[in-house]
Amino acid sequence: MEAGKLSKFLKNGAIWGFIVLELIFFSVAGEFMSLSDKAFMDVDNMLLLLKQSAPIGIIAMGMTIIMVNGNIDLSVGATFALSAVILLDSMTWAVFAGLGDWVIPVSWALALLTGVVLGAINGLIVWKTGVDAFIVTLGSMLGFRGLVFMYNGENPTSSLNWTLVDFAEAQFLGFHTATWFLAVVTLIIWYVMTRTVHGRNAYAIGNNREAAVNAGIKVGPHMLINFMIIGFLAALSAVVFYSESGSVNPNDGQLYELWVITAVVLGGTKLTGGAGSIVSTLGGVLAIQLLRKGLGHIGADTSTVNLVIGLILIAVLFLDRQLNAKGKEELKI
Amino acid sequence: MTGQPPALRLEGIVKTFPGVRALDGVSLSVMPGEVHALMGENGAGKSTLMKVLGGIYQPEEGQIIVAEMPTVMTSPLQAKSKGIVFIHQELSLAEELSVAENIYLGELPQLSFGRVDWAKLYTQTDAILEKLKVGFSAKTIVGDLSIANQQMVEIARALTVDAKAVIFDEPTASLTDAEKVVLFDVISDLKSQGVGIIYISHRMEEIFKITDRISVLRDGSYRGTLETRNTNEEEVTQLMIGRALDLSRNASHHEMGNVALEVRGLSCGDLFKDVSFEVRRGEVLGFYGLVGAGRTEIVETLFGLRNPSAGTILLDGEEVHVSSPADAISKGISLVPEDRKGQGLVLGMNCRDNMTLPQVGDLSSGPFVATGAETEIFDKYKDKLDIRTPGWKQTVGNLSGGNQQKIVIGKWLSMHPKVLMVDEPTRGIDVGSKSEIHNLIRELAAQGYAVIVVSSEMPEVLHVSDRIVAMFSGKVMRTFASQEVTEESLIQAISGITATDKVA
Repeated sequence: MEAGKLSKFLKNGAIWGFIVLELIFFSVAGEFMSLSDKAFMDVDNMLLLLKQSAPIGIIAMGMTIIMVNGNIDLSVGATFALSAVILLDSMTWAVFAGLGDWVIPVSWALALLTGVVLGAINGLIVWKTGVDAFIVTLGSMLGFRGLVFMYNGENPTSSLNWTLVDFAEAQFLGFHTATWFLAVVTLIIWYVMTRTVHGRNAYAIGNNREAAVNAGIKVGPHMLINFMIIGFLAALSAVVFYSESGSVNPNDGQLYELWVITAVVLGGTKLTGGAGSIVSTLGGVLAIQLLRKGLGHIGADTSTVNLVIGLILIAVLFLDRQLNAKGKEELKI
Repeated sequence: MTGQPPALRLEGIVKTFPGVRALDGVSLSVMPGEVHALMGENGAGKSTLMKVLGGIYQPEEGQIIVAEMPTVMTSPLQAKSKGIVFIHQELSLAEELSVAENIYLGELPQLSFGRVDWAKLYTQTDAILEKLKVGFSAKTIVGDLSIANQQMVEIARALTVDAKAVIFDEPTASLTDAEKVVLFDVISDLKSQGVGIIYISHRMEEIFKITDRISVLRDGSYRGTLETRNTNEEEVTQLMIGRALDLSRNASHHEMGNVALEVRGLSCGDLFKDVSFEVRRGEVLGFYGLVGAGRTEIVETLFGLRNPSAGTILLDGEEVHVSSPADAISKGISLVPEDRKGQGLVLGMNCRDNMTLPQVGDLSSGPFVATGAETEIFDKYKDKLDIRTPGWKQTVGNLSGGNQQKIVIGKWLSMHPKVLMVDEPTRGIDVGSKSEIHNLIRELAAQGYAVIVVSSEMPEVLHVSDRIVAMFSGKVMRTFASQEVTEESLIQAISGITATDKVA
């Protein structure tokens, strides 16, 4: 029993230990290798890091529910892009011309609605056809991206609203708006997963779908709700990001699904479902962002960053496998 | 048999795990041409012993002697090269490949440049298959075969080496009676070829049919070896659990209540046809029949997992339609499914959450889980059903089969169902816990529950039921009252031998 607790602690705490390690490494290495004379753990730098974690982080919270459920959603990057297009384009629609700044909440609502609808499409197909979520969302990833291109061709969609930019760049208690969004989303989803019936059911379905059906849980509608949640969060992520930038390219958000899944897996969520934690996902998100930023800090280019993150992901999963395999062997008395 | 050296001998095997002495000086010897049963409750050390034999675990003390040669086993593959072959309960075959490819997997005959020698492969395989007298060829795709024939492929794989001892681990778990006959033929063929056989099974019937000697393990130590023809079930059971098992008839003496569930002319495609029965409060209704007779399908239909094609279901005298398990549960029909781990429990979840899974929504006010109420329910039924676990936080996967089954039963009892259906109540549960589950079922009836028990074990059905529905190929052959039924009449009814004079 004692040994089990220790390995559980190691597994749950590992991602935070890794973050501490990264901080130490980049602080020390930065002293020697960085071109800038600012320390890596400079307060402004860390606040910026949190802000930059938000777009991936917000989606990762939804992905954790989806993956705990035993599904996956590859279409989040395309949903992100299409919601962004709706957000920015709707602000210029003639019908809303008289609204002034009130167009902001209207556009936000439209963008979020787009995300929810796209998520619902995924969820309904998964529910009604029984086709694996991987295949369904692989298809919708291509399909949704197609919609983005149909909307405006190869051209970027732009609309800069200064009120919106001021809001997005604001800092409250030092933290940026985007960071606050990430914090609130994390808190709510954490609450859903640990304290609500819906969260309980999510774990049960991912762990043993048949037993969940036999316990009277309506698996189809449950999954539909989860896909709507992740659609909403992908749209929210776009809302937070593009309120500030004001311009979306039709290729934006590509590979987001992979960054999100990487963060969730780093946080210890099982690809097969049934296990995972929101807090650890937050750790995974921060660890990746630290790595990207830290490697940049010591002068590495993007390709090096990708290589290192890829290696670390494989190393982490290998370690996890070793830890689990050992635990299993001990149980087989 | 005497005079020959044993095909395989294990001597004073000791294996410890942190805190547990899993094997405590176990010895076992298997003669050539002998079928030697290895029995013991779950956790008695059978699988640990076999893992030592297969080189998965290294023993701290003792030795393994194959044909008078002390041998150190390092892996199942190495054990196979020494002539020790395992036929596992769970098949490990590549379903998309042919029979021949499976049999010689990893050892395909080769031509130059690593090309497969298909001609040689198929002739070699057909030679082995001929020995086994099976009805499929070397080129058949394994996935197209029945489970029994897939098992034959596993056995054929064993025959590619000069086997000295073959270990069968619960080989009949998923076989029909006809398929068992074929398996037993193969075993007796092996026996006549002078191969020593270790036969691991819980099923007494088989043990007494095909084995020569029976060795029993309990709590990791060797309890003795009996000559099969000089012993009986009671003696073996006593050796296994240290006391006698009560399997007497057990009709209820208490008053029966009104009819809780009545089924009229229920059909579901070809699975079962025109099934009618009723069960009263305070009654245990047993369903007995061969695998494929439609028993499980009936309870699944009542639980909303299948759509009936005809017939009516009356609950407390009112006609109901059950569209889904969620619907069945809300109407008060509950099912303890056949496959506890696959269908009944979320193994990675803790005990409490498993028990309250169907009603977690009802317990909570709004979307939030009421953990206090959950713990209360768990504690109540933990005491009531005598579930042995350190606490509600324990992961269900770590409990023994008997305690897991009690969690599933507790899950439904805590919702006070009108009808409790239990499919194979003691499958994969050790002998000691079996009688506990039986007593529990009897007690639930005494408390006024209407209980339906589906079982393929005759002693179990006879022991717990007030009335028994005998089924044969989707039809109800007869309904017996507990006092009037004999084993002979029951066997005849489920084999479709007797006339179809239904007694309702």
